[in-house]
Amino acid sequence: MHELPQTLVNGLALGALYGLVAIGYTMVYGIVQLINFAHGEIVMTGAFGALTVHLWLPGLPLAAALPLMLIGGALVSVSVAVAAERFAYRPLRDAPRLAPLITAIGLSIALQQIVWAFYPNAKKPRPFPQFGDSFQLTGSLRIQRDDLFVLIAAPLCMLALGWFTARSRTGRAMQATAQDPGTARLMGIDTDRIIAVAFAIGGAFAGVAAVAQGLRTGTINFEMGFILGLKAFTAAVLGGIGNIYGAMLGGVVLGIAEAAAITYIQNIPGMSQLGGGGWKDVWAFVLLIVVLLVRPQGLLGERVADRA
Amino acid sequence: MQRRSLLILITALTTGSLTLTACGSRGGKSDTGSSDTGKQTTVVIGVDGPMTGSLSPVGQGIKNSVDLAVRTANKNKEVKGVTFRTEVLDDQAVPGTGQQNAAKLVADQGVLGVVGPLNSGVSQSMQGVFAKAGLAQVSPSNTNPALSQGDNWAKGEKKRPFTTYFRTATTDIIQGRFAAQYLFKDAHKKKVFVVDDKQAYGAGIATIFADEFRKQGGEIAGTDHLTVKETDFSSIAEKIKNSGADSVYFGGQFPEGGLLSGQVKKAGAHIPLMGGDAIYDPGFIHASGENKDGDLATSVGYPVDQLDSAKAFVKNYKDAGYKDPYAAYGGYAYDAAWALVQAVKQAVGDNDGKLPADARGKIVDALSKVSFDGVTGHVSFDRYGDNTNKQLTVYQVTDGVWKSLKSATFKD
Repeated sequence: MHELPQTLVNGLALGALYGLVAIGYTMVYGIVQLINFAHGEIVMTGAFGALTVHLWLPGLPLAAALPLMLIGGALVSVSVAVAAERFAYRPLRDAPRLAPLITAIGLSIALQQIVWAFYPNAKKPRPFPQFGDSFQLTGSLRIQRDDLFVLIAAPLCMLALGWFTARSRTGRAMQATAQDPGTARLMGIDTDRIIAVAFAIGGAFAGVAAVAQGLRTGTINFEMGFILGLKAFTAAVLGGIGNIYGAMLGGVVLGIAEAAAITYIQNIPGMSQLGGGGWKDVWAFVLLIVVLLVRPQGLLGERVADRA
Repeated sequence: MQRRSLLILITALTTGSLTLTACGSRGGKSDTGSSDTGKQTTVVIGVDGPMTGSLSPVGQGIKNSVDLAVRTANKNKEVKGVTFRTEVLDDQAVPGTGQQNAAKLVADQGVLGVVGPLNSGVSQSMQGVFAKAGLAQVSPSNTNPALSQGDNWAKGEKKRPFTTYFRTATTDIIQGRFAAQYLFKDAHKKKVFVVDDKQAYGAGIATIFADEFRKQGGEIAGTDHLTVKETDFSSIAEKIKNSGADSVYFGGQFPEGGLLSGQVKKAGAHIPLMGGDAIYDPGFIHASGENKDGDLATSVGYPVDQLDSAKAFVKNYKDAGYKDPYAAYGGYAYDAAWALVQAVKQAVGDNDGKLPADARGKIVDALSKVSFDGVTGHVSFDRYGDNTNKQLTVYQVTDGVWKSLKSATFKD
């Protein structure tokens, strides 16, 4: 069991990253019931934004450049997310549900290809700056400084978001819009603005996630958003889509499940064929199915009447 | 009633004439493809590979190298009365897309040979289409043994599945075994952890490597698999560290290989990672910030920039001003295209200077007999369609770049 702490830390870092991306899915779904499948690509554009900032600041140590990279990444992600909402989704607000869904898939392909075609040298993976060092905490536990970033940033972002939705005027307006857009509009809430804010918050979290992902892997590419987005969407569903704490919890559960599946399943007698990296996704989705069988609304989700 | 039947008749006639014109224009188009235009026949060489996506740098290198071969052939008037042209299709490294591309190339009567694709998995879906049409296919980079020797090659029952399939690259059997022998005998590693990416190429070469490593007397500390396009392999890296292995063998492509190597070293296991030709790419070294000095890769042939025969290729490629470098398979792609040019030359020569009626079939026949000194060494094909050249090179990351370490001809 000596590898348990390390497995948990690896899973936690991966899960926190999933959680940050999952916030974007859950915010948008909570308010407009749209699954924004282009959200993974919004993370990807944020990563390239952060890289651009880093390239503008040659010679600056990474620790000093990091806040600026975060701002740059978030700025790009938020702009792309808000622009996507304004020009791709808003015209389709009253269209059948399938239309915005297909638009989202089209948008994700378009964003990938735009970065592929126009960002310098983005046809192959681009190196992303890393700290590269690690702390040996105990004999069997080692924490990468690059993982530390996401382990600190994720809870901070969650606290800020929790305060924002519960206390601020806009946050409460968001809750109102989520509960009943029609009545919210009658009460004088500018729902178009609220929807844009939801996309913007998702974009800001995507920017943080992008920097975290870049730091962790030391490389970014135009396809990085696809799998990340898919996993984060899974996390959002696992935690209960529409619930922000559920998104983070779902991410962490998924991350730890993947890490544990790689490390432990094959130690179970008779299961050695079904363990390891090749099967981790199978076990993660088995977990998802079991959770959805027991709690169809997800871990923290609330049962709401479907408005479709 | 009468008016109605008249209407039907008119509709039928219009539809029919439209269909006929459509056929006519299509036929006309393919005519310009292969028939005589001022005594110059145009022969199209199809190129298929990933031109977009993460493997696009390699695909672009193949495309440019074939283009260079075609330009050279046209400039030197290599085949009298024949002008070569390329038709480039993008398979995005997806087998289904490759199959569609194959059907497209087959349908164009002007296409008399195809260079590509890059990936063994894509090739599997294209071979049958080409074989049915009798169209010659020369891959510059497919290394999966089953493509030329049949699915039962491992049991010693070699049987060529498609007579239209040729390749200038060596197979994984040779590469994987060469790597195992090098790692055990030359690098003195005794305990290896084997990881693959579950793809046709990666899983194939990893199995061949593991078998040979065991045969040499080495120990396999463990095996695991990763998923293409994922980026977090920290749990696998942790497992490798805990297994006490003194080296890692990775069957897969460079983006994942580079990340895995970096994360193994980050986990605290400073052991070299070895892989096949698919990780022999600058992208492997830059895949993560970690220092990868000491990592190894095998690749087919001798280093292109060190062969005398390749110097002209490297110079011409540079002079042509292509945007992307020739990458790992440029030399092989050039040789593959040149083999097709030579086959066309043979077919035309046997037919009194004219393209024979059954050009595709004749070119396949001629291809099995070509023999010339190409960019990557002597090029000729054995009875399975494999390159007879079995030269391989081990490369090592030294000071952040791939340096050739040992070149040798594989011996059984």
